Amino acid sequence: MSFDYDKYLRPGKLPHIWCPGCGHGIILKGLLRAIDACELNKDNTAIVSGIGCASRLPGYVDFNTLHTAHGRAAAFATGIKMAKPEMNVLVVGGDGDGVAIGGNHFIHACRRNIDMTYVICNNFIYGMTGGQFSPCTPTGDRASTTPYGNPDPVFDISQLAIGAGATFVARSTSFHAAQIDKLIAEGIRHKGMAVIEILDDCPTTYGRRNKFRSVVDMMKRFKEQAVPVAKAEKMSKEELDSKIVTGILHREERPEYCEQYAQVVKTARSL
Amino acid sequence: MSTRYEIRFSGAGGQGLITAGIILAEAASIVEDQYAVQSQSYGPEARGGASKSEVIISDSPIDYPKATLVDACLALTQEAADKYADTIKPGGLLLLDTDFVKKPPAGDFKIYRFPIINTAKKDIGRAIVANVVALGAMVALTGIIKRESGEKAVLSRVPEAFVELNKKAYNAGFERVKALLDGQA
Amino acid sequence: MAKKIALLQGNEACAYGALYAGCRFFGGYPITPSTEVAEVMAKELPKNGGKFIQMEDEIAAIASVLGASLTGAKALTASSGPGISLKQELIGYACIAEIPCVIVNVMRGGPSTGMPTGPSQSDIMQARWGTHGDHAAIAVAPASCQEIFSETVRAFNLAETYRMPVQVLLDEINGHMRERIELPEPGDLEIIDRQTPPVSPDQYLPYDPSFGDIPPLAAFGSGYRFHVTGLNKAADGFPTTKAKLVDAEERRQLRKVEANRELIEKNEEHMIEDAEIVIVAIGTISRSARNAVNQLREQGMKVGLFRPITLWPFPERRIAELAGQAKAMIIPEMNLGQMILEVERIVKGACDLHGIGRVDGEPITPSQIMEKIKEVC
Repeated sequence: MSFDYDKYLRPGKLPHIWCPGCGHGIILKGLLRAIDACELNKDNTAIVSGIGCASRLPGYVDFNTLHTAHGRAAAFATGIKMAKPEMNVLVVGGDGDGVAIGGNHFIHACRRNIDMTYVICNNFIYGMTGGQFSPCTPTGDRASTTPYGNPDPVFDISQLAIGAGATFVARSTSFHAAQIDKLIAEGIRHKGMAVIEILDDCPTTYGRRNKFRSVVDMMKRFKEQAVPVAKAEKMSKEELDSKIVTGILHREERPEYCEQYAQVVKTARSL
Repeated sequence: MSTRYEIRFSGAGGQGLITAGIILAEAASIVEDQYAVQSQSYGPEARGGASKSEVIISDSPIDYPKATLVDACLALTQEAADKYADTIKPGGLLLLDTDFVKKPPAGDFKIYRFPIINTAKKDIGRAIVANVVALGAMVALTGIIKRESGEKAVLSRVPEAFVELNKKAYNAGFERVKALLDGQA
Repeated sequence: MAKKIALLQGNEACAYGALYAGCRFFGGYPITPSTEVAEVMAKELPKNGGKFIQMEDEIAAIASVLGASLTGAKALTASSGPGISLKQELIGYACIAEIPCVIVNVMRGGPSTGMPTGPSQSDIMQARWGTHGDHAAIAVAPASCQEIFSETVRAFNLAETYRMPVQVLLDEINGHMRERIELPEPGDLEIIDRQTPPVSPDQYLPYDPSFGDIPPLAAFGSGYRFHVTGLNKAADGFPTTKAKLVDAEERRQLRKVEANRELIEKNEEHMIEDAEIVIVAIGTISRSARNAVNQLREQGMKVGLFRPITLWPFPERRIAELAGQAKAMIIPEMNLGQMILEVERIVKGACDLHGIGRVDGEPITPSQIMEKIKEVC
């Protein structure tokens, strides 16, 4: 039976702004299937984003949606969750939005372990502004602001999230459509900060500058490079060098921020 | 015409002078029904170096909240005495610590001196209450609030275990200055 | 019953005013000289069901406030100097998305790190024009600790009424000084809560002009699902670039304040009836001016004080009237000439204007004002 996406899409808000071949649509569908699997109540769910192509996602879906300023999604989302902990809070956005201009908010949301699910669409580029390099653009690659090749080292978003204290971190790619919803659903069910990094295509501003002849070529590399966590554990560092480890990378139990604050309230009221 | 009266507590950072100013302002405005404004200088000098706390007391609402020409000034260090002496009103009052202000500044004001810090240290047994000794002394010197009001304000801020210590300190300061004033009369 | 009397710092009075107004969320970041506001909120909010969070930076602090406000909570942030500069991005967001919040700015010397412990009034123009783009602005500038309490309450009322950010401008002097205040009992001061939608969720548009210039704001999680964006948007909250819609929305947002000036403006006049010399001053410096007025009156000079309590919108009509009556206006301000520009724009040469500026970390004293008046009049 086919999944009824219309149940969650706002009537009249499509077509979306994304280019043909862009992976954001795949992620959108995965996100909706995950929300459905977790049976989240629409009225009680907020989806927050920053600025960028991926950040346009909330506009298309029928929840309490907040399209904030560039990089600030996690900080707005923190305010929502703190003020109304009973709400389900999800964040979506891109790599530049999340870990460049929003990097500080991102790592501190991880550190607090506040209960939200952050789906970060890593397409290695600033797409909306026309293809400038991001902290996730591979070294040596071309972008409109790296005409001679990118001199910058790369952020590994998942490792950054783990290092900063997120208690659930998973990675997939836009090729692995059937995995995306399962990982996001796991993230939603997890109590604490869940980061799901989805490697994604931008054929328009990244692919065409970096010798990908087609979207299919871009998808193929995700297929070829992806290695599930269990298999990766048996591989050497060298073998993993050009691979993408997918699946649940990290999961731990640690006190959640709003619960911690509830303790503060208890202490304050007992004095 | 309002009865604006300006008091400055000056000395070194860490001597508790801001607290002394706050207690005086509380005594005037909460224990008694006067108007009071307390302010202080912040900045690097609040950690060591020169420190000051100002209190303005009046029977009517206070407009300008900072000291202009002070009626009464306390100085616990030579540096403070030298720095603030010339902001005292002609004929005003200056209370100095005998041991720490060896060279009293010259000017048109009446100087009173006693070993404030050593009173706290030796007579009361705790240097930390020097600010309360100083407060008692300034209340006696200025007469701007009642003796009991100052004591009440001091005691309302201290935990049960320190009530006696602070009471002793406040009254020691008050009595020392009262003796100086009586001797003068 | 006798009122409860307390000796409070201005910053403390501000925090207690916010609590009185029903503030239930504070997002902050430490910065001198505003930190005491956060310290009181950290202590008091958890006791009454509110939330306090110290965020990772100034931008995050206001972001969390806007997120919280969207859930229906009255929300506050406080900062100073460079912290307020950093918040400008999201003050603009609060303007365009029409999210009520109160921002306390305890002004300190600048630009940049400037003089963290020195008083200043150099954010007068920033409070009006700080964020980019056309936008309405409301800012209040209380003078005493008592007024800091009541004006913070009013700031919340204005924010909730006009569905926009409202700034409370203090300075290092009135933020840090302690003063006797009578704590209002519940019911003494008016408290205004946010207007909730009178229509069902399926009919609700977050920027519906059929409600007038100030559409009601539903809370996230209340069954009204809607979209909020920082892009120019149509009545339904979704982005638009249609010229007509963008223009109408922008004009409506400015009209919220323009059309309600009479309700928002609040001034105090002291000995103004026959004044030939009118001092225009705000906040702490209005207290220096009042002292100068009283002293000069004793000397027989016809001097009066005009004090905008609502700084923005600026009291244009009354200033214009006073310019017709006065020979000269004196504008003392702890900056090098900001408010005087606004007075000049309104007065249009109808009387002489003389500014007194001071940026050395010390307040303008009553004698400084008196000297200036004697020099120029």
